[in-house]
Amino acid sequence: MSAGRTVVRGASVLRFALHAKFRFDEVRQAWVVLAPERLLLPDEQAVAVLRLVDGVLDADAIIDALSREYEAPPDVVGADVLPMLQDLVDKRVLRE
Amino acid sequence: MTVEPAAATIAVEPPLALLAELTHRCPLRCPYCSNPLSLERGGAELDAAAWKRVLSEAAALGVLQVHFSGGEPLVRRDLIGLVGHAAQIGLYGNLITSGIGLDAARISALAEAGLEHVQLSLQDSEQVRGDRVAGLAGAQAQKHRAAQMVREAGLPLTINAVVHRQNLDRLSEIVELALALGADRLEIAHVQYYGWALPNRAALLPSRDQLDRATALVEAARVRLKGVLTIDYVVPDYYARRPKACMGGWARRFLNVTPAGNVLPCHAAETLQHLHFPNVAEASLAHIWYSDPVFARFRGTRWMPEPCRSCERREIDWGGCRCQAFALTGDDSRTDPACALAPDHVLLAVARDDATRPTPDFIFRQFAGRSGPSPEFAS
Repeated sequence: MSAGRTVVRGASVLRFALHAKFRFDEVRQAWVVLAPERLLLPDEQAVAVLRLVDGVLDADAIIDALSREYEAPPDVVGADVLPMLQDLVDKRVLRE
Repeated sequence: MTVEPAAATIAVEPPLALLAELTHRCPLRCPYCSNPLSLERGGAELDAAAWKRVLSEAAALGVLQVHFSGGEPLVRRDLIGLVGHAAQIGLYGNLITSGIGLDAARISALAEAGLEHVQLSLQDSEQVRGDRVAGLAGAQAQKHRAAQMVREAGLPLTINAVVHRQNLDRLSEIVELALALGADRLEIAHVQYYGWALPNRAALLPSRDQLDRATALVEAARVRLKGVLTIDYVVPDYYARRPKACMGGWARRFLNVTPAGNVLPCHAAETLQHLHFPNVAEASLAHIWYSDPVFARFRGTRWMPEPCRSCERREIDWGGCRCQAFALTGDDSRTDPACALAPDHVLLAVARDDATRPTPDFIFRQFAGRSGPSPEFAS
């Protein structure tokens, strides 16, 4: 699995890695991401992004959807969303 | 008027992870094993029904991840059933293994049962040296095969390399080997000095110079391999200025169940021999987590002596490691001597002197009643 690093761009279509689980935890009443040796407790904004990561929408479409939902300019939303997606790709939580 | 520090009323949150030590039996004899010096024999182990109940109680309590560990968990014939049960109740299952005894059929069955991740230990980059530390001829070659089988089963692989004075100069080769074995993640952990590592400290503690070179190498490798190989690095707190937040703080995030069913806030806690740890046969995990006095004992900040109590980092490092404080000072409520502010910090300087002396022979891990050097490596 030691291929090169994936760089996230607007046209990148991402999905959860096979062994990353994004699920709602009833005990905490919160969304959690479970991955090898990682356990992430995403905040509300991160949950809003991750719920759109479905292996179909590309990053631009996710940013558009969020910018409509939060009534914020796409470039402002993108400045938050793209680094977050890149970080999760680097952590092997998301993949192309 | 009194103002109670906010931390004094800290809420107890559910634990995130369970370390399930299924057995202390292991084909390897690593001299830094984190198991206690007094190992539990096979006959004292919880059976499969008891473990399934423990897993169910853990999930209900809020545990999200379970680490199947040991000893060597593969020696348990009921491992696949336990992994399957964990997956069915939504626990994220991780297998921490030496790889010894793994075969293609077993790893496929584990993957099918819902195992999510494998963490494979690696003693060295070189076969002869790896086998020597493992105390088993042929161990290194079996590990290489195990890594391949894990990949072929489609499971993510972490290589867990414990580093010390006698392998740290080959850290670059260890990183390359992790890549060659197809690892997604490499955990480079300096030996922590409790369990079997404490009596072997003089044979394991690196020099400052070795440590600095290793740290620089890790930093460069992380940049070079970003997005290709994730490298986690656990620094040795014998050379630190501040202690590690052991287990993220006593009884804050983790719990550990021993082969015989004792419930601990961390896997080394039984070194605190004066404490009575509860057993899963006596109470539920939820009762233990929220109500047992030994879990409450060092939780939060109220137990802290000075200089911890008024320290601005008290909720960052949580006073460091209770086991280390006890092992080095004989008092489990002292500030961890790893902290430069600790009154006992000088004890670490004494230990660091060991790293400048000739390296003694290892004391290999073994069950009580056996003696003598490892048969394969008697010198």
